[in-house]
Amino acid sequence: MSERNISVTLKVWRQKNASVPGAFEIYKVDSVSTSSSFLEMMDLLNEQLIEEDKDPIAFDHDCREGICGTCSMVIDGIPHGKKALQTTCQLHMRSFNDGDNITIEPYRSKPFPVMRDLIVDREPMDAIMQAGGFVDQRIGAAQDANALPISKEIADKSMDAASCIGCGACVAVCPNASAMLLTSAKVGQLNLLPQGKPEKDRRALNMVRAMDGAGFGNCTNIGECEAACPKGVSLDFIAKMNRDYAVASAKEFFGVVG
Amino acid sequence: MSSLGKKYIMALSGLALVGFACGHMVGNLQMFLHPDWINEYAYKLQHLPYGLLWVVRIVMLTCVVAHMVTAVMLVIENYKARPEKYVAKANLQASFASRTMKYSGVILLAFIVFHIMHFTVQNIHPEFLHLETTLEGVGTIHHVYDKLLPLDRTTVHDVYSMVAHGFSLKFWYVSVFYIISMGLLCFHLMHGISSMFQSLGLRNDLWRKRLDRVALAAAVFVFIGFASLPLAGLLGIIEPITPLIASH
Repeated sequence: MSERNISVTLKVWRQKNASVPGAFEIYKVDSVSTSSSFLEMMDLLNEQLIEEDKDPIAFDHDCREGICGTCSMVIDGIPHGKKALQTTCQLHMRSFNDGDNITIEPYRSKPFPVMRDLIVDREPMDAIMQAGGFVDQRIGAAQDANALPISKEIADKSMDAASCIGCGACVAVCPNASAMLLTSAKVGQLNLLPQGKPEKDRRALNMVRAMDGAGFGNCTNIGECEAACPKGVSLDFIAKMNRDYAVASAKEFFGVVG
Repeated sequence: MSSLGKKYIMALSGLALVGFACGHMVGNLQMFLHPDWINEYAYKLQHLPYGLLWVVRIVMLTCVVAHMVTAVMLVIENYKARPEKYVAKANLQASFASRTMKYSGVILLAFIVFHIMHFTVQNIHPEFLHLETTLEGVGTIHHVYDKLLPLDRTTVHDVYSMVAHGFSLKFWYVSVFYIISMGLLCFHLMHGISSMFQSLGLRNDLWRKRLDRVALAAAVFVFIGFASLPLAGLLGIIEPITPLIASH
């Protein structure tokens, strides 16, 4: 596609900090190259704002190559924008037309309070990870790499779950603000492997409890998370976590958690 | 209760209710046979041994209450989980059915209450209580006629005529309400049945599409089965065999 320049009108959420109410501001950005990424367009707008002696818009970004999970904005009602399987930094302005109006909002959910403008505090996801997103390792010399045979199918499936970059788009898009896709990916990647076996039950119980404790909503199997996930993590991991949690709860009831 | 515990309750109570609905629907289809069929069937259900009728009723009531209370908890908690709503909110792939479960559920609850008043308690039309007919011994598969004949008590409550009167053209709005409610039930089950397997963790990438098709087929099957009766009433296919006598 040939490169050209477009101008867009942005409706951006501005908020000083977590304790004051925010509001939308309208900005016009001219001569945006269609080859620039969405975040580069935001940079352009911020330069414009600095020149006008205004506060630049605060937004999360880091690697800008779709792997860190830091960029987080909701563009026209969809986290990471309208293109499937990509993060905001991978969204390019060629996906927009000249004269488009674009609404940019922060992730909205109780556990993710807005810190400033488009930045939300995503620490509750760390709390979920700390509750069980690890495996116990014996210290000493590393064991032989082939000592634990894992089938190709299981290894692939675990890798699919592990592709979750923890961006929180699933929470942002879920009509219930549920963190099930994220939690199930993190539970699933380890529960599938022999290395994660010793803590399997406790992992399911503790990570679900951490998720519930953080105040996320309840999953009602609508499936928006899967559609919005930049890494295409499947709803099947939620089904697997439901199964693992049910088994672990039954074991806990009888006092035989592994 | 954990968020997953609520899932399991919704799934298991839903499973029991779907099972009941399927059985109820198949039983209803006897309306398209000789009146003896449904009348003997109803007599048999009313005279189940060991108070089984009330056991089933209490189990169903428990399931409805559990399903409802959990649903209300879900709606309230999910509402609280997003205190500030989005100004622009797009739907990516969420089905209409999945987004409207709470509304279809509330209307179905109203329908169930009306339906029980209509045909079980019969206080919408008290004259339904006085509809009686004599069995002719045609629908003998239930062997009720054979048992009642020696006792000379072949007169039973005329359920056939009760339903025929209930769905007659005179009360067309009742039939329309039934058909609309069954349409909503169809939507509710489309999401509900497939959701059940997801909530209990009983599916994977291979079975997801198959189970979604099973859910769709079951929902449409239940809809056609249930809606056929009020529709038949509207079209005059089912005619009462006993006239309605005004009780007051």
